[in-house]
Amino acid sequence: MTLTAHGKMQLYGALLLLPAAVLLAAFAYLPTIMTVINSLFLPGFRGEPAEFVGVENYQVLFDDPTFWQVARNNLLYALGTIPTSIALALGMALFVNGKLPGRGFVRMAYFTPTILPMIAAANIWMFFYAPQIGLFNSLLETLGFSGVNWLGDPSVALGSVIIMSVWKEAGFFMIFYLAALQSIPPELKEASDLEGTGRWSFFWRVTFPLLMPTTLFVLINSLINAVRVVDHLFILTKGGPNNATNLLLYYVYENAFSFFDRTTAATITVVILLVLAVVATLKFTILDRRTHYQ
Amino acid sequence: MNTTTTTAPRSRYVSVPSLETVAAWLLAVIWIFPLLYAFWAAFHPSEFMVNLEIFAPLTLENFTDAWSQAPFARYYLNTFALVTGVVFAQFVVCTLAAFAFARFPVPGKNVLFMLVLIQLFVFPEVLIVENYRIASELGLINTITGIGLPYVASAFGIFLLRQTFKTIPRELEDAARIEGCNWLEILWKVYVPLAKPTYLAYGLVSISHHWNNFLWPLVVTNSVESRPLTVGLGVFSAPETGVNWATVSAATLLSIAPLLIAFLLFQRQFVQSFLRAGIR
Repeated sequence: MTLTAHGKMQLYGALLLLPAAVLLAAFAYLPTIMTVINSLFLPGFRGEPAEFVGVENYQVLFDDPTFWQVARNNLLYALGTIPTSIALALGMALFVNGKLPGRGFVRMAYFTPTILPMIAAANIWMFFYAPQIGLFNSLLETLGFSGVNWLGDPSVALGSVIIMSVWKEAGFFMIFYLAALQSIPPELKEASDLEGTGRWSFFWRVTFPLLMPTTLFVLINSLINAVRVVDHLFILTKGGPNNATNLLLYYVYENAFSFFDRTTAATITVVILLVLAVVATLKFTILDRRTHYQ
Repeated sequence: MNTTTTTAPRSRYVSVPSLETVAAWLLAVIWIFPLLYAFWAAFHPSEFMVNLEIFAPLTLENFTDAWSQAPFARYYLNTFALVTGVVFAQFVVCTLAAFAFARFPVPGKNVLFMLVLIQLFVFPEVLIVENYRIASELGLINTITGIGLPYVASAFGIFLLRQTFKTIPRELEDAARIEGCNWLEILWKVYVPLAKPTYLAYGLVSISHHWNNFLWPLVVTNSVESRPLTVGLGVFSAPETGVNWATVSAATLLSIAPLLIAFLLFQRQFVQSFLRAGIR
């Protein structure tokens, strides 16, 4: 059998794709499919076959108040981290894009948390949050206030975790805004200066709309991070107190590796996958249509 | 993009800093403070942790304590093996796939490419339970290969390299073919050298990602032999282990030092690589 030149190219291309395809199948597609299947079955005990139960696992999950608490936490975590870190990132970028004494240092200071592992960052913040000897409380006590149990009080703990996350993420998003700011033609500023436009209205009428694609890009990233990054919980709170800081992915980890309940873990994972599917759709429809000039 | 090449002109007279300058600096001090505090804590005896005495005696004891209480040398070795292995494997696998996507008429190419992009959203850590099972069936639990393998076929790497390869003019490829190069030689002699900046950017992002990664390595490792620094640090500084905080800060600095030093030295490249990698 002889192949045409085109057929040879096709075969060659397929061979080039093969390693990536095998790995993606093994660590992305197959696990996704298996997770969905597992969420529809109850495992059989002592070698009995698994029993198909349809959506029953989902009903059990949705009847569990802990799941709703964790889902609510994750929503609050997203609402707490995303707008704050994006606003800070934009502010930082505007600061270091202008003339500023010591600009190099300031930019480095903003960006440094990005380089740290989340675990190391959480270790450092543990010092600040510790009840008796922590820096925040000694500061409060010096000023004559009573200390706060930053990570132990269920009504404060999630807020404390959010603050640390904002600190960790803002500098990363700043970089993207900085790039976008530098791609804005200086002529626009000159023109607006000639017309006597104030800085404030220049920002809202020109800069901010031009930064829209970047904002959407950063938004997608931060949405993904809000579901994906839970490393700090391992150091700061372990999801406690009383699940007050538990987030969806951490709850999956707990169910799978502490409670050995793979079925519940699979069911929650499917919920996370659905959230990520919404984010992906958002990206591929809205974002790709709007970022025409990138 | 040239943020570091232009510096603000020095003013000849001392002026009152504007409100903006004050705000920018205040924010900068708040942002760098946690790290500075960790530095301070690591070099001072633990009894000075709270009252922050400027003239507290300096000590290296925290570092020797940390070093003796956990096998940091081993963790370094594991992390080093992990990041070099992952980055090398990613380069190979993603280059081949990106080359196919950029230049070959594979049937159903667009659908396949969309399928690859799904991995931008469905990360290995989201699928920890099933990935753990697959890793254990492959005998990869507690191995460095097990930590790295799920990340090798990186959608991000494939995407980035494909975009770069697509910008390379076909004429160069044709010239190489006239010289008698086969496809792999063309890839190696034309495409790879011209994509060097992309490899550098992707490599830096990948190194810092895998140096910092925690959840999947935590799940897949259960002993000192394969644990990377982050997991070692996480185990070491868990509140229930009762290690004192000065020692924990020393351990924290130990595990971030190489990356932090690299960042300080190559700050500009780092930032640019994040840019290059982020904007698609």
